[in-house]
Formats: sequence, C-alpha cells, structure tokens
Amino acid sequence: MTRTADGAARTAVEVRLEGLSRHYGPVVALDRLDLTLLPGELVVLLGPSGCGKTTTLRLLAGLEDADTGQIFVGGRDITRVPANKRDMGMVFQAYSLFPHMTVRQNVAFGLRLRRIAAAQRDKRAMDMLELVDLSTQADRYPHQLSGGQQQRVALARALAIEPQVLLLDEPLSALDAKVRAQLRDQIRRIQLEVGITTLFVTHDQEEALAIADRVGVMREGSLEQLAPPTEVYSRPATPFVAQFVGLSNRLPGEVRGGQVIVRGCTLPLVDADTPDGQVVALVRPEAVTLASHDAPESGPLVGTVIAVTFLGATSRITVDLGDATILAQLPTADATTLPAGSRVALTMRPDPVLVSAGSELAARAADEEA
Amino acid sequence: MAAVTSLGETPLTAPAGRPRGMQAGRRRRLNIFRYTVFTVFGLFFLLPLLALARFSLEGATLGTWSVTAWKQIASYQNQNTGIPPLISAIEITLELAVITCAVMLVLLVPTMVWVRLRVRWLSRTVEFLCLLPLAIPAISLVVGLGEIYNRIQRISLSALMLFWVYVILALPYAYRALAAGLTAIDVTTLSEAARSLGASWFSVLVRVIVPNMRAAILNALILTAGVVLGEFTIAYLLLYTNLQVELYSISRNTPNAGVLFATSLAALLLTGVLLLIMSYAGRPRRGRG
Repeated sequence: MTRTADGAARTAVEVRLEGLSRHYGPVVALDRLDLTLLPGELVVLLGPSGCGKTTTLRLLAGLEDADTGQIFVGGRDITRVPANKRDMGMVFQAYSLFPHMTVRQNVAFGLRLRRIAAAQRDKRAMDMLELVDLSTQADRYPHQLSGGQQQRVALARALAIEPQVLLLDEPLSALDAKVRAQLRDQIRRIQLEVGITTLFVTHDQEEALAIADRVGVMREGSLEQLAPPTEVYSRPATPFVAQFVGLSNRLPGEVRGGQVIVRGCTLPLVDADTPDGQVVALVRPEAVTLASHDAPESGPLVGTVIAVTFLGATSRITVDLGDATILAQLPTADATTLPAGSRVALTMRPDPVLVSAGSELAARAADEEA
Repeated sequence: MAAVTSLGETPLTAPAGRPRGMQAGRRRRLNIFRYTVFTVFGLFFLLPLLALARFSLEGATLGTWSVTAWKQIASYQNQNTGIPPLISAIEITLELAVITCAVMLVLLVPTMVWVRLRVRWLSRTVEFLCLLPLAIPAISLVVGLGEIYNRIQRISLSALMLFWVYVILALPYAYRALAAGLTAIDVTTLSEAARSLGASWFSVLVRVIVPNMRAAILNALILTAGVVLGEFTIAYLLLYTNLQVELYSISRNTPNAGVLFATSLAALLLTGVLLLIMSYAGRPRRGRG
C-alpha cells in the first residue's frame, strides 16, 4: 500500500511483461522475456552490458516499442500506450534535471503538466524534497548540486507525480563508491516507505544484492534466474549466474548419488537430481577455508599461497594446488597470517554447489575470453 | 605545506610550481602580446571606418567639416507618399528580418530536434541541404528563383515576399548556430525525462529544449537578421527595394560623394546597433546555468 500526498491509501500495482522481444537489425536485444513484478516489490535486473536489461526498462517506460509481446500494469494492457501516458516515474543514468529550472521547479514539473494548483504543487514538491533530504536546496540550479544530490532530486521528481511504477536505469553508475552506497540505501528506504513497485537496472552485483526483493540475472536478452538475492548467490540456477554473481572456482568433480566429490571433499548439490558423472563444480571462494599446513587441523588439499589481494575487511587468497589454482576469501585478520609462499591446507564448507558438464563450461569460458 | 588526508580521498600535496617572479613575468609578456594583437587588428578594422566617417563629414572645401551628406540622406522623399524612402526601406527590412527569423525558427528548431531524437541517420543529409546555399552564388539563386518570383509577384508585389529566399540564404548560419546549441545539451535524456513525467512532444520542445537553447537560438536570430539587413544582390536583381537597395539608389542619384560614404556608414551603424540590441536582450540572467 502506498500513501499519496494527502495521506490517502493507494494500492501498489503488479507489472507483467509477457513474451517481450526487441531486435535492432540482426541483434536480438530481448528474446521473449517474461517477467512479473509483484505489487510493491523492488526487482533488480542485473547483467553485463548488452544483456537487455536497459531495453526491458525502456520498453516498460514506453521509450521504445516492443516487436512482440505485451506489457500489463495493474491488469491494464499498456503495450501501445505512449510514454507520457503511462504514469511511470523514471530516474536515468545520465543527469537528467532540466538545467534552466531550479530544484523546486524540476520536482514540480510533472505536477505542472497535470495542471495541479500552484499551492498544492509547491507543497508536494517540498514534501518530496524533504523525503530525499534536500529541502534546503530548493532554489538552487542543477549545476550547483553534486552528482548525488542531482540524482536525489531526480528521484524526488519521479516520485512527485505519484506514479504507479518507479523505473531506475543505473542511477548510481556515475557516482563515486561512497556516495553510491549511501544513495543506494536511501533509494531502498524511500521505496519501502512509499511502497511503490520498482524496477531497478544495474550491472553492479553489490547494488543488486543489497537492495532487491528479487534479482533477475539477464544474459543475451533472456532471464537466467529470477530469485531473492540470497538464492541467486547461494543457489545459482546456471553456470552463468554462478560466475557473474560473485566469484567461483571451477574445479573438476564427480557426481555420485546426489552429491559431488571435489578433490576428496563431498559437497551437496544445488540440484540433487543431477545424474552421476564427471562435472565441473563451481565453488565460492568464501566456502574455502585455509589453515597453515603445520596446524593440526589439516585437510586433504594442500597448496602454496601465491597472492594475497587486500579488499578491505576481507582478503582474497590465490592458492596453487599444483594442478589447479583456487581462490579463497577470508577475513583480513586471518589472511595476514598466510603470506605469499606459505603452505596451506584447504577445506571446503558443505554449501550446495552448482555443477555443469565440463564441455558446456569450457565453451562459455572460451566465449568470455574471445 | 602539510599533507591533509581524509578517509578514501587522495592526499593533497603542495603543487610543484615555478617561482612567483617567473609566473608574473610570463603573464606580463602574454598581456603585452594580447594588447598588441588587439590594437593592431583593432586599428585594421577601425581605421577604414574612421576614414569613412571622416569622408562622410567632409565639407565643400577640402579639410572642412559638414553634415550636409547626412542631411541629404534623410531628406529624400517619395513623391507620392512624402515619406522618405529610406524610412520605408528601413521599415520593410526590419519587418523582413522579423518574418525571416520567425519562419527560420519554426522551420529549423523542431526539424533539427526531431532529426536528433528520431532519425539520426538523416542528420548528414539535413546538414548538407542546410549548408548548400553557401555554395550557390546569389546570381544563380536569382536565376533559379526568377520564375517563382514572377508568379509570387502576380499575388503580391510587397518586398516582404523576399522572406522566402532570405530563409534559404540564412539557413547555413542558423543551422550551425542551432547545431552547436543542440550538441551542448543532452537532448535525448532531457526529452525522455520530460516524456516520462507526462510531457507531450510540444511541451518537450517548448518547455524543455528551447529554454536550454536560448543562446543558440539568439545566435541564429542574430545571424539571420544580419543576413537580411545586409542583403543587396537578390533584392536588387528581383527588383525589390530594401534598405541596401535604397541606400544604393540614394548614392547613385546624388552629385555629393559624401552621401555615398554616409549611406555606407549608416547601413553599417544601423545593422550593428540592431544586432547589439538583440545580443543584449538575450544575455543570460543571473543564477542560471
């Protein structure tokens, strides 16, 4: 349930994309995409450049026309409705504030088009600016604001018209890391407060996992997986998802009786029905634990540390096992005890593991390198 | 200078600079160079104008001063109306400038925005067409347009009909000025943002794009007005009378050579003053980006 400016209740809507396709000449940008956003939900579309996530958002906004398929918002077919009649608020990747208007005028622009009375318009604009903590900047011009402030004003402007759906097209990509994290959390807070159905597009995994109710990982115009962030990360549906979201070690293994044996360790499977045979297992670096080889708790895997990459609170350690290289991710305090050159013993936490046939993964690896 | 570091920021260090004396000396030499170039080129442009003014104020005897030539410009009167033809010519030319500017803007601004947003592949073709008049001599234009103007003159003999050809003449200059303005703003994002907020295409153009192209539009207007105010060949060959044709007529029909100089200077001054007014009127207001 959302709240309008006068406090009246407004029901959040469901958004349904059915069989959407879009081609740019011979290039398939979207291939029969089916996607449903539940009322009040924040869905993040995540994927590499060219996967079709922005195309999806632009089709929903009406800024482009689909070749085939339909779009339903609140049960109404809006496929052929022009963009200015779709009642959607949008925040763009590029700074989109109107340079000739003040912050207040920018936020009030959509209300002015709807012929809202001046007093009510101003009040609504100030309410939205207070929501994004920028009420003191109302009379400034966009060029007098920082990038983060501009995107917050853009968010206020998009929400001021009380849209049915909020669309965000990589709104944080032009900002520095610290501002990005702050604004990301603020967007999520506001989205929860307003309760509006939201589609957020990004190529940043951390952003996606941090704020989404569900993450849709896209590749080459199709959805690879649509699930809550924890599920996408810990139970990836395909090798692409496993490797795009977070890091994965690709280790040969053998499936036997609903489990996979990887270098002597028996690990559960994401899909317990996987037939027996030789596979490639995708093991997360944080599932790998290291101990000094002299320590009493040694495992069946022994190797030499060849690199330690400091990432802040955690560190990534590259270990040479002789016939393979494996990544482990540890708290930095633990990683400092294992410098490059030290002998370590590895164990693997029994987290469910995704496996794929070796040939499929080799083909994907070749595609990526190409 | 002590280094100041904050979390996540690059430490600030003192800039490695030259001694202050060297910087001041370099700046002084640069200023001398600038003023010298400015003075030389300023004299190059101003001296002929000063000479023109001096000759227009030359009296009957060499070395004396007189405003007779200027009085004669103003005193020529149309035998039918009694109105000095120069005044009529100025009026007609100003009206032509306004009409041409208006038609130019209405024609060119929406077209260029549409091409930029929707049919980018046409932009080169549009650019070529708009710049084509630069390559066509006025006499060729007149030969080509002669038949058309024969038909137009059956409907109206007014010199205001010259606006059709003046729009063509001013196209290259207006196009370049407007193209520069469109390049300076993110037309696509601004129009999509406006559309997502509920704006029609008309609102997008009038409320969002045009206000952000004020400088470019003003430049286009100034250039267009300059073309109209200074145009002689086409008006003369098509037998219309505008400001330049009238000044030429005055200078041809007087034994006083000073009148020739006075009319040239008058045309130049009038055009310059009008363009200055337009430029001043369109200056950006305080606070805007």
